[in-house]
Amino acid sequence: MRDKPLLRVENLKTQFVTENGTVRAVDGISFEVYEGEIVGIVGESGAGKSVASMSLLRLVDNPGEIVAGEITYKGRTIFAAEETEDGDRRLQDGVLSAETVRQEIRGNEIAVIFQDPMESLNPVFTIGGQLREFIELNRDLTGDEARKEAIDMLREVGIPDAEARYDEYPHQFSGGMRQRVLIAMALACQPSLIIADEPTTALDVTVEGQILDLVDELQRKYGTSFIWVTHDMGVVAEICDRVNVMYLGEIVEQAPVDELFYETGHPYTKALLDSMPRPDRTVTDLDPIRGVMPEAIDPPPGCRFHPRCPDAREVCRQVHPEPAEIDRVDGFSHRSACFKRDVFDVGYDESPPLDNLARGESERGQEASEVASGGGASE
Amino acid sequence: MAVSSESQVDGGDGASGEVAAKTWRDTLGRIKRDTTARWGLYVISVVLVVGLYAFVDTYLSTLTFGALDSYTMAEAIPIFDHPEHLPAPGESQPNQPPAFHVDGTLEYPLGTDPEGRDYFTRLVYGSQISVSVGIVATLLGTVAGTVVGAVSGYYGGRIDDILMRSVETLYAIPGLILIIVFTEFASGGQRNIQYAIIGVSLTTIPIFARIIRSRVLSVREMDYIEAARAAGVKDRYIIAKHIIPNSFAPVLVYATLEIGVVILIVAGLSFLGYGAQPPTPDWGRMLAQSYRYMHSNIWLSIWPGLAIMFTIMGFNLFGDGLQDALDPRIDN
Repeated sequence: MRDKPLLRVENLKTQFVTENGTVRAVDGISFEVYEGEIVGIVGESGAGKSVASMSLLRLVDNPGEIVAGEITYKGRTIFAAEETEDGDRRLQDGVLSAETVRQEIRGNEIAVIFQDPMESLNPVFTIGGQLREFIELNRDLTGDEARKEAIDMLREVGIPDAEARYDEYPHQFSGGMRQRVLIAMALACQPSLIIADEPTTALDVTVEGQILDLVDELQRKYGTSFIWVTHDMGVVAEICDRVNVMYLGEIVEQAPVDELFYETGHPYTKALLDSMPRPDRTVTDLDPIRGVMPEAIDPPPGCRFHPRCPDAREVCRQVHPEPAEIDRVDGFSHRSACFKRDVFDVGYDESPPLDNLARGESERGQEASEVASGGGASE
Repeated sequence: MAVSSESQVDGGDGASGEVAAKTWRDTLGRIKRDTTARWGLYVISVVLVVGLYAFVDTYLSTLTFGALDSYTMAEAIPIFDHPEHLPAPGESQPNQPPAFHVDGTLEYPLGTDPEGRDYFTRLVYGSQISVSVGIVATLLGTVAGTVVGAVSGYYGGRIDDILMRSVETLYAIPGLILIIVFTEFASGGQRNIQYAIIGVSLTTIPIFARIIRSRVLSVREMDYIEAARAAGVKDRYIIAKHIIPNSFAPVLVYATLEIGVVILIVAGLSFLGYGAQPPTPDWGRMLAQSYRYMHSNIWLSIWPGLAIMFTIMGFNLFGDGLQDALDPRIDN
């Protein structure tokens, strides 16, 4: 393993308390980000990817709350809490105050690029004005210096004729150009870590390619680390160094990118890869994951993926797997939370296979089995 | 690029940002093309120019006649209205009818009041109270209401509950009674116009707060607010720079319409004796003084009434036009 990680997340839990019960959006995830690497967080919609990434900045809106875990960034503790015996929780000593996180971490140390470039810029101010203001707020530059820096940043992210476009409004920019502006904004304060929350999802593929190239180039130039949240395995293969696969609030597999693709360690990851549209296959060749992800308010018992898993056995319904190291590549561990792996000793091989959706069970039967297993899938 | 940007705006689903995305030049262009708004603007301009003339003239004469410089702006009186400048006996007829009447003269185009003072002059000088109070009171109410509504909507929860319940309590008290009681108590029975202004603006706060709050509730969910928070921007700054500018369009329209309403309220207050105090000329007070002469000289009531109507109509027309100009669904 390399030197100390830039960011370490341990057993992070974020919950939303609603009238219908507690939604465990993020349920005990752990991962690290090292300097200069791009770490992917992959999963279906609703897996908790965005909530997880916003939790890193302690930006979880009411009724959401980070309830447990530890987030350490450059040796400083952004969050650390423990659940005590009586169900209460307390912040540990030495945690940065909310004000310090706002002033010193957000924007300056950890920046965010959001999913929808159409909505992420304030429509009433010019592009340049917003960028300049952001620079003025976070760095000791004023007036003309900040303006010059803003124009330089726009040029840096490949906006042609940056000087003229400085005074234009967001609606005069195309989606790709706006995403470039947002990247410029994220880079403006030279943060060490950028959280990219599905930044290319709203763009068409050609623009997506350009943006990925740009990120790759900037990343090499500035050495910034990225947390890249996406549901697109293609993007993951393109730019990520290491990947965390999330399912229903948990990380089910964690591996360096090549390892993930060639030595897939979890059936869910495999299913994700199989359901990816590819130019050399027609739609009928696609093998989508059957069913929908259950709601995090009432997760299935045992392995959370078992109602949809082709390899599910009886034991998967009874015992909950924690991710365990199944391999080590270049000093990074490859973890998987699947009983199929030899590292688990729960009697997977002797356990009888489960009838579920992935085994071609009829639609009617599916509903019955899901009701039985408590995973009320809503369509 | 210009072409594609146009189509993006048109293709939008009227998302909140798009109202605000229009630059001022766009909005002004739309107002120019809109007949209603244009006429409203003309009327407002005339009233404002007249009011401004009266104000400047009062101010200048205050400088010239040293004896008058103790008068504050609200109490300033034009030289025509000063007791020392009452017409000398025989100089003019009291209750003279307007110029188009057989008994009228061009010297007094709208006739004279029971004291023999030129009614046109008094009408001109009366405009400054009505218009300035209308604008100032609305402005105060808009600022206060906007801040309350924006803070309330942005934070939500307890802060929202406390602020909105207070505002609703204010809303529940009948406006005119609130203003009169407030003026009477705050001014210690002096009935100064300044207190009437504050009283009137108090009654407008709830409406503005509610209008902007409903907009803020949707604006605060926009990604750029989340982005600003993720960048470590202060809440105060987010409200001032992102929340309010993007929620302000409906408030602007309502404020324009409200000026007309406030002018009417102030005229009513003056009529009841709670607005402008003698000897300051004011349309509402002129109505109050003239209704006793309605049988002998109906013109004394007609002119200030027309002036009030004309002014309010101007602000209403402009407000309607502004609403159309700011509405993304109407694209001409």
